[in-house]
Amino acid sequence: MELQDARQIAAPPDVVWAAILDPEILRDCIPGCESMTGSPEEGFEAVVVQKVGPVKARFTGVVHLSDIVPGQSVTISGEGKGGPAGFARGSARVTLTAEEGGTKLGYQVDASVGGKLAQLGSRLIDGFAKKLADDFFERFQQAVEGPAEPEGDGEGAEAPEGEAPKKGWFKRIIG
Amino acid sequence: MPKDFGIGAPQKRREDIRFLTGRGVYTDDLKIAGQTYAVFCRSQVAHGRIVSIDTTATAAMPGVLAVFTGEDFKDVGGNPAGWLIKSRNGEPMREPKRPVLAHGKVRHVGDAYAAVIAETYQQAKDAAEQLAADTVIDELPAIVDMAAAVADASNRVHDEIPDNLCFDWGWIEDNRAKVEEVFKTAPHVTTLELVNNRLVPNAMEPRASIGEYFPGTGDYKLTTTSQNPHLTRLLVAAFVLGIPENKLTVVAPDVGGGFGSKIYHYGEEALVLAAAKKLGRPVRWTAERTESFLSDAHGRDHVTKIELACDKQGNFLAFRTETLANVGAYLSNFSTATPTFLHGTLMAGPYKVPAVYVNVKTVFTNTAPVDAYRGAGRPEATFSLERVIDKMCRELNLDPFEVRRKNFITTDMFPYTTPVGLVYDTGNYQATLDKAIEVGDVKGFEARRAESAKRGKLRGLGLSTWIEACGIAPSHLVGVLGSRVGLYDAATVRVNATGNISVMVGAHSHGQGHETVFAQIVADKLGIPEASVEIVHGDTSKIPFGMGSYGSRSLAVCGVAMTKAVDKIVAKGKKIAAHMLEASEADISFENGKFSVAGTDKAKTFGEIAFSAYVPHNYPLETLEPGLEETAFYDPNNFTYPAGAYLCEVEVDPDTGKVQVCSFTCADDFGNIMNPMVVEGQVHGGVGQGIGQALCENTHYDENGQLVTGSYMDYAMPRASDVPFYTVDYSCQTPCTHNPLGVKGCGEAGAIGSPPAVVNAVIDALHRGGIKVSHIDMPVSPARVWSAIQNA
Repeated sequence: MELQDARQIAAPPDVVWAAILDPEILRDCIPGCESMTGSPEEGFEAVVVQKVGPVKARFTGVVHLSDIVPGQSVTISGEGKGGPAGFARGSARVTLTAEEGGTKLGYQVDASVGGKLAQLGSRLIDGFAKKLADDFFERFQQAVEGPAEPEGDGEGAEAPEGEAPKKGWFKRIIG
Repeated sequence: MPKDFGIGAPQKRREDIRFLTGRGVYTDDLKIAGQTYAVFCRSQVAHGRIVSIDTTATAAMPGVLAVFTGEDFKDVGGNPAGWLIKSRNGEPMREPKRPVLAHGKVRHVGDAYAAVIAETYQQAKDAAEQLAADTVIDELPAIVDMAAAVADASNRVHDEIPDNLCFDWGWIEDNRAKVEEVFKTAPHVTTLELVNNRLVPNAMEPRASIGEYFPGTGDYKLTTTSQNPHLTRLLVAAFVLGIPENKLTVVAPDVGGGFGSKIYHYGEEALVLAAAKKLGRPVRWTAERTESFLSDAHGRDHVTKIELACDKQGNFLAFRTETLANVGAYLSNFSTATPTFLHGTLMAGPYKVPAVYVNVKTVFTNTAPVDAYRGAGRPEATFSLERVIDKMCRELNLDPFEVRRKNFITTDMFPYTTPVGLVYDTGNYQATLDKAIEVGDVKGFEARRAESAKRGKLRGLGLSTWIEACGIAPSHLVGVLGSRVGLYDAATVRVNATGNISVMVGAHSHGQGHETVFAQIVADKLGIPEASVEIVHGDTSKIPFGMGSYGSRSLAVCGVAMTKAVDKIVAKGKKIAAHMLEASEADISFENGKFSVAGTDKAKTFGEIAFSAYVPHNYPLETLEPGLEETAFYDPNNFTYPAGAYLCEVEVDPDTGKVQVCSFTCADDFGNIMNPMVVEGQVHGGVGQGIGQALCENTHYDENGQLVTGSYMDYAMPRASDVPFYTVDYSCQTPCTHNPLGVKGCGEAGAIGSPPAVVNAVIDALHRGGIKVSHIDMPVSPARVWSAIQNA
């Protein structure tokens, strides 16, 4: 599946860029990330727990950055193996553009799944991938701008500015 | 007046008592002392090179008894294809080896590359997960789309097959030029491109196998979910593992549906046998539902372009088709026959079309193997024909009923040789069409349509007039067509000393009702109570031989073998009676269970003769052996040709695209009817599956070869609310001319005739609503109908 979106971040491009290359920020922003080690140059090893429909799994995999144009764009790719649950892989092409009041962060995501995840969860994958991407960039935005409100609940907060940071479970599902 | 006994009586199925009360005994119900459990490691990628499988950690896990990989089976035989097809250029088809476990490469999601045997199921499952984690498979680009597979020679399912083509078949190649000539000059040509959607068989009982080995005798036993235990024995013993056939017993106990998918031998059966020998313990395996989705042989999956040449009055001049048929990653046992001789030979339909040419290219892809599924080739032929005829009628503004009627082969033309190589022995297609029009109340359609319109629904009427070749058998024919086996069948009738009877039949019942119907026939012929007749099937150590049940052949082939064995019993009984009654054998007649001397009141009952055969005190021992048991093999000299007319009425909701089947009428000619209730049940089931294909079911692999419809969340099976109450008529009967029962076969008819009737009805409804849509591919889901409406 493919999706693309963009969001405004109230920080200059060089600050946003530095954040993208910061493994600590990446770890904090990847939803369900339990651990992440490595460097932007060498790539990262990550352990991520996710639940797609009926399939819950701990994915171990690699995240690496490529096509780096400093200060402007980067591709973040990842592939995770979830054992009997199957596997998932995806990449996000991220572009930064200076705008009045900050930076426009655009992203184009391409994701696919295999094994049991595909057999049982494919109907849910599109929505799931969109939510995952939204969660990631929402957290990223908060990390860069600094939390105006307390952070989310670990599953990823997705409250737009001006709203209460945590939605109820129902709103999170339909949101 | 319906009969209440014997042939033609609507007896309730005796087997249903155990099935409906939970007393059936299926493979997975059997518990065997010392049993162990097999779990398979299956590929998560559609195409990949196996780099390494490290079994060390797995082998050391609790309860693990053995680990097998493709390496362990690289020196045994492959699972063969049963039919050799030759390409148009005379070259034999490409036959890649189908190993017990994948070796070197995995070729579809679900391809088993290893197996773990452990003391418990949980231990085997845990260990298989460990083994999967210790396996390195380099993923290769998946080959999914058939057209791309043939076009791209660089990416290969099998490294030795450059264009992924199994064969390029022309039927009949000599007619090609003639057909092309007709198309050049035809006043009208209608062209239709369509997809016959891939189906997952979804038998209620998943596949299961238990392997046993008896070191004391060197005997093996395989208990398995098979539609034909003798064929499985032949394949696993002679072709794969090299076990002498007389050292292997194959038992298929109660089997919960097959629809074709359990005809074939699968690698799991060989694995449990090999493992049982290695361990000296029984090894069992039962598929999980997901495994069934991934590894059962799927059905259909054709992409076809069909052209119809006719004059302006709708008289057919020629049919021509080009089809890409998916065989998946490996050749399953019947996979090469299904898109060819079960498909191309039916492409004349019940019509007197003078010229037909069929081209089928069969393609390897990184998907599960595709093989015969209820109807097998004939639904694909029928769908293509009946859809293109409907399209032509619309283009020329002709009545679809009249067009079919004027093109039917008429009753005075039988036996009729078609341009695609079959000889129809008998039929009456006008009669079934008339019957469908009457029973389906076509006259009342306009009123029903107006009523639907009041509710905002578009009502449509769809017609399909189908024919099929059943009783897949004649060995001399199928041999010419490339079959590597004969397809006769056999039965033994054993009369016990006390007069009751065991009948050992080669046909296998996995839901069809043989135990009831076969007993009715034997009882009727011998004039004894049905309760005295027991039908035994599914055990190679008990039955003489058999080619199993598929292709609607059980009654027309095995049933006839059984009646021939009964005839031999009667003939011997007459000899015994002649001796006991001190009369000439020629003067003995047998009727209503009694042997009597013509013109006298001297008689012996069947029971007295049976007793005498086993207690031969007063018996012609000099000329006649004691005992009363006879075996007959029967190899018919032609296929049988059931045919019929199906009418479907649907309502389409123009706002949502939802299709509701309002009524479905079947007027079938199955020849003589042995049990009308069983016939109705078979037709109901077949039509249900046909409606499922037409409206609901779709097997979808994504571009990476991942099966994304791998569970009932995404694979839509038809439910009760998707099907109507069926109207089934079988009163048009032209008995088969070449078998003594006059029967034709009814098991697949519903699945063959119904999909085009449904789709024709949907297109008709849309047209009547002013929406000019010429075709919608199956499944005709609400989303597809809605999109078609929006784009019209």
